[in-house]
Amino acid sequence: MKYVDEYRDPILAKQLIVEINAAVTRPWSLMEVCGGQTHTIVRQGIDDLLPAGLRMVHGPGCPVCVTPLELIDKACAIAARPDVIFTSYGDMLRVPGSHTDLLSLKARGSDVRIVYSPMDALRMAIEAPDRQVVFFAVGFETTAPANAMAVIQAKELGLRNFSVLVSHVLVPPAMTALLEDPECGIDAFLAAGHVCTVMGWREYEPIAEKYHVPIVVTGFEPLDLLEGILMAVRQLEAGQATVENQYIRAVQRLGNAHAQEAISRVFAVTDRTWRGVGSIPRSGLTLAADYAQFDATTRFDVGGIETAEHPACIAGDILRGVKVPTDCTAYGTLCTPRLPLGAPMVSSEGTCAAFYNAGRGRQAVAASTARS
Amino acid sequence: MSLEAPPGTSAALVANACPVPRVESERVLLGHGSGGQLSAELLREVIVPALGKAARSGAMEDGAVIHVDSHDLVMSTDSFVVNPRFFAGGDIGCLAVHGTVNDLAMMGAMPIALTLALVIEEGFPIEELRTICESVGRAATAAGVPVVTGDTKVVGRGDADGIFINTAGLGSRLPAARPSATRATIGDVVLLSGPIGLHGTTVMSTRVGLGFESDIASDTQPLHRLVELMVAIAGDAIHVMRDPTRGGLASALNEIAQTSGVQICLDEDTIPVPPTVAAACEILGLDPLHVANEGCLVAIVAPEFAGDLIAAMQQTPEGREACAIGHVTDADATRVVMSTLVGSRRIVDMLIGEQLPRIC
Repeated sequence: MKYVDEYRDPILAKQLIVEINAAVTRPWSLMEVCGGQTHTIVRQGIDDLLPAGLRMVHGPGCPVCVTPLELIDKACAIAARPDVIFTSYGDMLRVPGSHTDLLSLKARGSDVRIVYSPMDALRMAIEAPDRQVVFFAVGFETTAPANAMAVIQAKELGLRNFSVLVSHVLVPPAMTALLEDPECGIDAFLAAGHVCTVMGWREYEPIAEKYHVPIVVTGFEPLDLLEGILMAVRQLEAGQATVENQYIRAVQRLGNAHAQEAISRVFAVTDRTWRGVGSIPRSGLTLAADYAQFDATTRFDVGGIETAEHPACIAGDILRGVKVPTDCTAYGTLCTPRLPLGAPMVSSEGTCAAFYNAGRGRQAVAASTARS
Repeated sequence: MSLEAPPGTSAALVANACPVPRVESERVLLGHGSGGQLSAELLREVIVPALGKAARSGAMEDGAVIHVDSHDLVMSTDSFVVNPRFFAGGDIGCLAVHGTVNDLAMMGAMPIALTLALVIEEGFPIEELRTICESVGRAATAAGVPVVTGDTKVVGRGDADGIFINTAGLGSRLPAARPSATRATIGDVVLLSGPIGLHGTTVMSTRVGLGFESDIASDTQPLHRLVELMVAIAGDAIHVMRDPTRGGLASALNEIAQTSGVQICLDEDTIPVPPTVAAACEILGLDPLHVANEGCLVAIVAPEFAGDLIAAMQQTPEGREACAIGHVTDADATRVVMSTLVGSRRIVDMLIGEQLPRIC
């Protein structure tokens, strides 16, 4: 497949692995921020081919995983209403809330529908004026522009039966929070290529400088990741800490101005709780005052929700990169993609699911112990 | 699945852990019909035990062999609920014929007769019903199998989605054929008759409106003639045959690995994934190995026949792109593994529930 096969070339991949091995002289910990990158690393077994001292730490960049439990519970409460058509991207449906999940509600008769774009939800609202259509607006900066466009159009059309449950999160504040954590121990970041396609990398420059960490904007194919790892390692070995761009075919320093304009028009920055991590200041988006009428949490009374995480789940430590899934006593036993306890086991981009789907069991534990 | 508890997790610890607030599991979810792990669980834990003594024991196969006098008859049945009903390359009518003919063929049987049962929603256009039945007729004629009996039910508006079709097939097993999911043997070669993922991605991209419907078509076709040719060449050295429908190639091979107690090793490079399938899967966030097929088969055969079989299969329209994709090896775990492009290895698991498109 054009534009994909070029980045999956086995011969080039092996060359890059040789170069990485040659470049590394000391142990380093690299965090790939995005769940899509984790998926490629684990699926291709890239981390198994890296030199012993080079550790990949899997970051918090799976939007499904970090959506707070409270919002999942609110989504379930809204979806259970008979007047509502609840729409969402597919992989949010199986995320466990405190008591149920959206797929189970669907099986009980709630009108829960998978959409591929917020525009599909908007169309449903136009076609079903007697129903309330709610879209679960989750994701990083990547999905925010399209979700913003849906809200802008809803306002232009004067739709009174369309609203969004917003759970957008922002990458740079999360990276800063990780770096402020004394347990962190991350030497360099592979920044998420698609987030940077929208936002550019300007906002990463002060982070690289302040914390003296190399940040490499990286794509999602095997060669992208190997090249990103090599660039980060070379910076570390040379004592540098700048922002570099590996994903040159998609990302420019200033990003996509139109997309950024849509985001800043519809959304305002707010404090946000990340599931498993806790509250991070100014790390999320909420609807700006001009668009507050489209906020599903105020349109439907979903206050007074009490949430309860499963006590065995260590999702927070996994999302912060402090632990790996195989450190968890529930991994593969109480918690599987079939019956997940925590969100990272749900989405294919969640670290636990990525590990489980690649069949990582005891071997992975042995390997990670040997490296640390 | 061969995951063990992580070290330090004693069985007692797991057993004594807090009661798990399990996601609701006492209702049927859509994923229970996906042909993956959930489907297997429903059969194993609910349907088969409930049938009690009436359920014949033995390996789960695509059809059942019944010995009558000196003949081996094969029975199979399948229901068709595909949405949309019409898609590039076929429709629900021809699919209902091919699905059951292929289930018989995977048991090494040639079709003798089909039944046709229709459940139709009140208000369904007669013209569309006629079109679908004409498609059934054409497909059955082309496959050389008569439709011998049937049933028609109409349910109230909203009680079914348009039309559901069930077909059952009776077949006669070729005397030399002995395929069974129990017979995969160490050293065997895994053959695939054609490219994977066409049916599932066609249906899914038609449903979603991805816009490349014109570039892709379902592979739905009958496979019994290909099977007849293969059996003529290799007889009972064809150890296992499966048509990887729902759950895709990954689920079919996992079932075989588990039933035969072997490990199956695949080589990612050799698996034919058409570019449009690869593109659709990239967009939808799906694994081509989990996507449904309706016109290809996977066969596990003794190594000495692999070359002749591939050469002969490639001479047929159904098997034009036949190839070897892996082999059966000894291992302590029954599973499917695949060598990755960068030279590492990963486990290929069954589809769990419904295929859910991812966010980004």
